[in-house]
Amino acid sequence: MRFSGWQVLRQGLTGNKGWKPQWRNPEPKSEYDIILIGGGGHGLSTAYYLAKNHGLTNIAVLEKGYLGGGNVGRNTTIVRADYSLPGNSEFYSHSLKLWEGLSADLNYNVMLSQRGVYRLFHSDGQRDHFARAGNAIVNQGDDAVLLDQAALRKRLPYLDYDNARFPIHGALYHARGGTARHDAVAWGYARAADQRGIDLIQNCEVTGIDVENGRVRGVQTTRGAIRAKKVGIVVAGRSSQVAAMAGLRLPIESHLLQAFVTEGLKPVIDTVISFGMGHYYISQSDKGGLVFGGDMDFYASYAQRGNLPRAEQVTQAAMTLMPMIGKARVLRSWGGIMDMSPDGSPIIDKTHIDGLFLNAGWCYGGFKAVPGSGWAFAHLIATGSPYQTAEKYMLERFKTGHLIDEEGTGAQHNLH
Amino acid sequence: MRIKCPLCGERDLREFYYQGADVALMRPAPDAGPAAWDDYLYTRDNPAGETRDLWQHEYGCGAWLLVQRNTVTHEILNVTLAKKRGRS
Repeated sequence: MRFSGWQVLRQGLTGNKGWKPQWRNPEPKSEYDIILIGGGGHGLSTAYYLAKNHGLTNIAVLEKGYLGGGNVGRNTTIVRADYSLPGNSEFYSHSLKLWEGLSADLNYNVMLSQRGVYRLFHSDGQRDHFARAGNAIVNQGDDAVLLDQAALRKRLPYLDYDNARFPIHGALYHARGGTARHDAVAWGYARAADQRGIDLIQNCEVTGIDVENGRVRGVQTTRGAIRAKKVGIVVAGRSSQVAAMAGLRLPIESHLLQAFVTEGLKPVIDTVISFGMGHYYISQSDKGGLVFGGDMDFYASYAQRGNLPRAEQVTQAAMTLMPMIGKARVLRSWGGIMDMSPDGSPIIDKTHIDGLFLNAGWCYGGFKAVPGSGWAFAHLIATGSPYQTAEKYMLERFKTGHLIDEEGTGAQHNLH
Repeated sequence: MRIKCPLCGERDLREFYYQGADVALMRPAPDAGPAAWDDYLYTRDNPAGETRDLWQHEYGCGAWLLVQRNTVTHEILNVTLAKKRGRS
């Protein structure tokens, strides 16, 4: 069924009895051309672009839980293209352009809201750094404006500009950035992939990867063996475990990132603000909750629940930035597993095993990358060569020294 | 999470700095070649379960610690002074 205003009207007048499930729930076949391990945002978008861009549909997406039940359903939903290093710059620029056409392309409202992203700076050095970053963003063809304090005060009057420790001097403003409805992104890609004949198989955990003579032959799952000519690993925080099934050891350490949401409030923050003093970012959801997060918990973890010291630090950052937030009550917090790479940038590449592909290392920036990552990974799987926006996301770059360290924080997984 | 420093006793997580997997004690020779250095600097076992990593009691005695713990349950299993193992 194609979604439209006419359908809403028609179904509304006929008791909403005509809506159908948005995707099938098929049994796995014994063989596919391509298997994608992981039914999160990146896996589903890869499936969709394999069908749409390359005409390949004999594909299964294997998900151990339910579609969109991992990090794509639990994040701070920020979309932006304000990266400045070659490699990241062209990739995120492409991804944002795909976001801008996504609702129409998928016939699914992903509720992209380009409400702008402000990155605050608090020192002369930080201002110079942001000016350089802004120029790089403009050069890549995207938008960035450096705002001084007077201009920023008019737009965001509720910030604590004269904070004794972290006075706010201005911001780098990226107008085309914003937020999107995270679940809708997963559901939209799932529905569009399913409509093109791709099997989305839930509750199907991969337990082994079959490799013969250096070539991938298929996977073992909790629902039996499935053969395949090509297999893509797209499993975020669990990348190391799944890759180990094929004997691979990855440059990844899994870490815990928490996010928080307050009770629903009347509209108060109509944009996205990131605090330059550390790592704190906030926006307001359409339901009214203030959605915010900060740094990772900093130690390797698969717990999917955070520790209190980080919750305390994040709320301290919130109070430093905008004291009014002290009136709001936190409704819930949650923690996800982040596949941290040593340079903070992702990997979209072949492996040394023929037919086995890897998409990993998104750290905690994977949400905005969902369209661009799927597009590039689909191109790699279909053609065997990297897409032009992802040529620098090579697995071997760590060995050869071609790191893409956007934040310049060094080669330690938890520092990005 | 609380870590029992062998010198100071059980302390809050906030007093400790996390360095990473305990590979930091296994630095290869300068001429060991790119594969050995890649392995040391970047690739990790990254287990979901029991692991051994290197922490420093930064806001305490400053000692470097080898911590054996579970990455799924956050249980701390054993803590020893890193200097007891030394470089290998």
